[in-house]
This record gives sequence, structure tokens and C-alpha cells, in this order.
Amino acid sequence: MKHLPSERHTLSILVDNEAGVLARIVGLFSARGYNIDSLTVADVSNDHAVSRITVVTNGPPPVIDQIIAQLDRLVPVHRVLDLTDHGPHVEREMALVKVAGTGEKRVEALRLADIFRARPVDTTTASFVFEVSGSTEKVDQFIALMREVGLVEVARTGVVAIARGAEAV
Amino acid sequence: MAAEMTGAEIVVQALADQGVEVIFGYPGGAVLPIYDALHQQQRIRHILVRHEQAAVHAAEGYARSSGKVGVVLVTSGPGATNAVTGITDAMMDSVPLVVLTGQVPTHLIGTDAFQECDTIGITRHCSKHNYLVKDTARLGAVLHEAFHIARSGRPGPVVIDIPKDIQIFRAKYEKPAQVTHKTYKPQVKGDRAAIEAAVEMLAAAERPIFYTGGGIINSGPVASQLLRELAKLTGAPVTSTLMGLGCFPAGHPQFLGMLGMHGSYEANMAMNRCDLMVCLGARFDDRVTGRLDAFSPNSKKIHVDIDRSSFNKTVRVDLAVLGDVGSVLEDMIKLWRARAHKPQDMEQWWSDIRGWRARDSFGFEQKGAALLPQHAIRRLYEMTRDKKPIISTEVGQHQMWAAQHFGFHEPNKWLTSGGLGTMGYGLPAAIGAQLAHPGALVIDIAGEASIQMNIQELGTATQYRLPVKVFVINNEYMGMVRQWQELNHGSRYSESYSDSLPDFVKLAEAYGWKGIVIEGPDDLDAGIAAMLAHDGPVFVDCRVAKLANCFPMIPSGAAHTDMILEGDGARPDAADEDARALV
Repeated sequence: MKHLPSERHTLSILVDNEAGVLARIVGLFSARGYNIDSLTVADVSNDHAVSRITVVTNGPPPVIDQIIAQLDRLVPVHRVLDLTDHGPHVEREMALVKVAGTGEKRVEALRLADIFRARPVDTTTASFVFEVSGSTEKVDQFIALMREVGLVEVARTGVVAIARGAEAV
Repeated sequence: MAAEMTGAEIVVQALADQGVEVIFGYPGGAVLPIYDALHQQQRIRHILVRHEQAAVHAAEGYARSSGKVGVVLVTSGPGATNAVTGITDAMMDSVPLVVLTGQVPTHLIGTDAFQECDTIGITRHCSKHNYLVKDTARLGAVLHEAFHIARSGRPGPVVIDIPKDIQIFRAKYEKPAQVTHKTYKPQVKGDRAAIEAAVEMLAAAERPIFYTGGGIINSGPVASQLLRELAKLTGAPVTSTLMGLGCFPAGHPQFLGMLGMHGSYEANMAMNRCDLMVCLGARFDDRVTGRLDAFSPNSKKIHVDIDRSSFNKTVRVDLAVLGDVGSVLEDMIKLWRARAHKPQDMEQWWSDIRGWRARDSFGFEQKGAALLPQHAIRRLYEMTRDKKPIISTEVGQHQMWAAQHFGFHEPNKWLTSGGLGTMGYGLPAAIGAQLAHPGALVIDIAGEASIQMNIQELGTATQYRLPVKVFVINNEYMGMVRQWQELNHGSRYSESYSDSLPDFVKLAEAYGWKGIVIEGPDDLDAGIAAMLAHDGPVFVDCRVAKLANCFPMIPSGAAHTDMILEGDGARPDAADEDARALV
């Protein structure tokens, strides 16, 4: 099964917001040799009882099925949804991108940021920190462009995702 | 209004409320309050083992032979880490356990305190679920939830780590009416449409086979009865995994014996040639499938399992039925009857099976001065079968010979470490089984190497006057290691000789057991009879042929059709590099 082509899948996992739950999820991926491309986690309920974990993973379809079944088996997991299979969904991530430079490079950085609707959230006379959000491709592209004009460092959130339409998971 | 109790008292009360009669454990600093609470009550009997690993195996033996949840109590640090092998063993073989571990007081957690270890971190992936209880008021609810999780769905071990201060603090405790969990709700009843499809496939099959496993044992004795009924209705042959032995009676004309690496020729050939495989509570383990791309290439496959993650894990199936195998079997039988199905003509299928059976793949001939291990086990079976013994084993050749040559007729009579393959399992498991069944004949069929991995438990049996029998198949080798070295490593027996063996009879006597030596075929029956005649624990050192190999055997990475049979002669170093890399 492992020789089938890999696919990228975005999984939404609703879990009890209890100590160690993230370790269970992440440990399952490492113990069984599954991939994690990105991972985000935050408390999403009113009463702080439920967290939502978004994992971007890749593997052949049978392996993706196994990942979902294995996740589903964990006691504190409420629901696992394969957004990629589920249908139309929105994926976004946010990055903070630090760029240092003076003169023309600095002006160019600001101009490119404007095109990407990236906002400066910190400014010195010799640097900017831009906040950029959007699809993974857009963030990748912005970072690639910033390399040309003095990229210093990047912090990214990883993907968060939600299904389109009125329905909840 | 519930009265306030200490955490330790809550633990004992909750265990009693769960109907627990026996627990297996070993005291230490971080569980002293619980031991103190145990000391002041009469309802729960504590069995003091000699090593925490054995406490877990004993609880496994207790659980597997009785269908109840096994309970373990150990201290923090080394107590918990010693228990890890047993917990992992129970996880692999789906044995319901609740393991209570002491922990350093909450304010010392994370400070590398004396006998501190990250029990929750260590057991997270070798338990079905685990808890660190940081509030005495939660302790009762957690205990009841743990039993619910351990015994429902696919059973498994649940660990509860209890810091010492939580055992001392007071809180109210009330016995819960019914335990439910907000996210954990295993599906017991199979989907109607899937069961209909399964019955139709079964009715249309010309070469069907039931491939049955430990799930049938875990489902309860009724599932074994239902399997017998469905087999009768359909006329299909039945094979069983190592873990499933006993769910279908040995010697029944429809039973093909165990399948897999050391399974019968007819079972493996029938799996290869069937047109419909109905997998009931088994999991397509690598010891069963052999080479995956050659595994039953032309069959449709139905898989009934309570654990969704078992579906399509290694073998793609055509129809998956999620649910308890007993419940699904019941629905299948009802539907088969309601639709008045008649099986297809299987004369050709059974004729093929008779042909494979005629190879007599478990056959052996006892001649000469050296006692064949197969013969020893066969005689042990013949001389004890009327007593319906419970058999445990260690791990290795003797385990496979026991699976091949000891006949099992009922569920819960066969205790063996299948998934993890844990040497040292058998003696403590026999002790646990004997406690669950005080009047039963319980025999640990062991090897001289495995038995030494938990031999200190001879003392436990003595202390509690448990008349367990240990029957050591002594060939002075770690036989299965030696066999693999013969087949794959040019007969270079690297470190597989059991040197400096103790005088087992003297050792047994030192522990207050009776010791017996069987030197050869001539004193086999007398030795077994003497073992059975003694009403206390007996250790039998049965000296067998040193270089016997366990056949049939599907070499690692080979197909079912590539079995090596006894008399084929070993093919030393036949395995290529890829095959040698497999376990």
C-alpha cells in the first residue's frame, strides 16, 4: 500500500481539552510513522472543554484512512473530519515575517507587502515585521519574495481550516 | 449524603463497587496509603507477586480465563516501569486491565523526586487510555470510567496514576449508577446492510472459510457458541489464530487447526485457495498473512471487528462490519435462517481440504531414546483432557508446539502471549488463572529459557497455596532463536544455548514445590501422572530432543503456499537478504 502516490490531507480533530491530549495525537503520528506537515491547536469552545486540532498530513489513501481510524480510537477524540475528502473548505495560515534592510530594498519590501496585503506590525528604521495571512501557497510566495529583500526570520502558524457552508463539523 | 473518605479508601471502595475480588500488586512508598486501606478491609484479596511485570501477567491470566477485568497495583518509578512490559502485552492481546500506579505527591511531580517517573508519558502509547488524577474528588469517577473503557469495545489496559497526596486527601465518593463517556462510545451492533451483504456473500460462496481470532474469546463464551452454530449452518471450514484457539473445538471435522507461520498445512492452503474469507475478530497479523501480496489472492474478504482501525490496515477487505463479533454472529445466523439459505455444494472444496489434511502436517513419529517435544505435549493433552485444563505458555517453540498439539475445546482455556511474544508470561498468567479458578487444573507449558524470566513467581504460588503446574519442555536452547539461526544464519548458534541451567528440581523444592524430572519417553507418562497426583504446585523438568525444529513453518516473508513441512529438511540459509531482515 505504501507505494501508492502520496496525497496531502487536512484533518480537523475535535478533542477534549485535557492535559496530555496533544501528546496523544502527536505521539500517535510518530509511533506509527505518519507524517505531520503542519499542526495547529487551540481551545475553541465557550466552556474551554473542546480543542480543535488541525493537522496537515500526507500519505497514500489507505494510510490516510488508517490515520483517521487510529485518531478516532483515542478516548478523548470527539470527531475526526478529513476536510480534503469532505468537500469545499477554506485553509488559511498566518506568518510573521521579519525583513531588515535600508534604502531601495526597504522600499521594495513595503511595496511587495502592500501587494500581498501584508501589514507591518513592527517597524524600526532598519526593519519591518509583516503579518501576512492566506493560503499556504500565498504565504510561501510572500516569504520567497522577502528573501530577495532582506528576510531575517519567519514564524508561521501552520494551517487552520474549516468547511465551507452553514454546517458545523 | 456521601461521607468524606481518603483517596486511598475511595480506590478500595470503587474497586469493591466494581466487583473486584482479587488484585495483583507490590507495595512501595507511593502506594502505602492504598496498601493501608487494603489492610483494613476484607472484600478484596491482594496477591503479592515477586516482580511487578508478573503482577500484570497474573492479572492478564486472571482476566483472560474469567472474562473479568484484571487489576494491578504497583508503586511509582520502578514499580510502574516494571509493569510496562505487561501493560504492552495486554494492549497487543486486547486484555482488559486496570493498572493503578502510585506517583510522587503532586507538588513534587517534575522535580526528579525519589522513585518518580513519567508514568503517563511512558504508558501513553502502550495503554488503551491513561489518567493522572490530580484531584481526590475525581478519583472515584476516574476509576469507574477506567473499568468501563478497559472492558468495552476492544478491551485493553487502562492505567491510573495516583499521586500520594491524592491518596491522603479526603473527598466525597458515590458509586455511579451507570458509566458513560462523552466521546468514547464503541459500536456493538453491526450495521444491518453490511450484515445482509455478508450473509449473501456467505450463501453464494463455494469455497468459504472462517478465519477466527481472539475477538471471539473477548466477546464472551456466547460468541464461541454462535460461531459453532454458524459453522454448522454453512458447512464452512474454520481456522483460528493463536489467540482464538478454543473458540471452535479441536478435533471437530470442520476445524482445520491454527493457521499462520506455524499453522497447519490445510488451514494455510485453504486460506490461500478460498473464494470467501470471513475474518471474525482477528486482525491479519503478519504471523498469519505471511507475504502480503500473495495472501489469499483470489478471495473476497469480509472483516468483522470492533476496532475500526483494524480494517484495511494491512489487507484490503471487500466488506467491513464494525461491531462486536458476538452480536454480528447472532444477526448473521438470524438472517441466514430467515432467508432459509442453503450452503452451496462444497464437495470439491472439502475434497481439496481432505487432500491437504492427508499431508498430516503436525505429524511426528516418536522413536528412539530422545523424547520428541511434540510427543510430550500430545501425551500431556491426552492425559489431562478430561480435566478441562487451563493452559498457559511462555514464548517460543514450546508455545507453538502447545498450540499445535494440545487440543482446545472451549474458550478461556488458553493463555498465551501472542502479539508481544513476552517470555516470562506463562507462570504468572497461570497463577492468575488459578486464582480465578481455584479448582481447575492449570498448567504452564514452558521452555527452560522462558521460565527463568519470571521464575521468582514460584514463591507467589507457594505463598497462596496455588497448585499450578509448570511443565518445562527442556531442550537446553532458546529453541526458536536456535531454529531461526539454523534457517537464516548458517547454524551459528549465537548466544542461544541455555548454559548454566539450575537443577530445576532442587530449585522447585527450595520454593516448596514438588520437582519431577522426565528423562525420556519411557518415564513420560509416569512423570505426568505423578504431576497430576500431587495436589500442590509441581515443576516438571521434561528433557526433550535438543535440536527438534517446529514445523510446519512459513518462513518470514514467504507465501502460505511456501510452507516448509517436517521432513522437507531444513533449507539452511534459503532466505534472501530481504527475508532475513524480517522478524
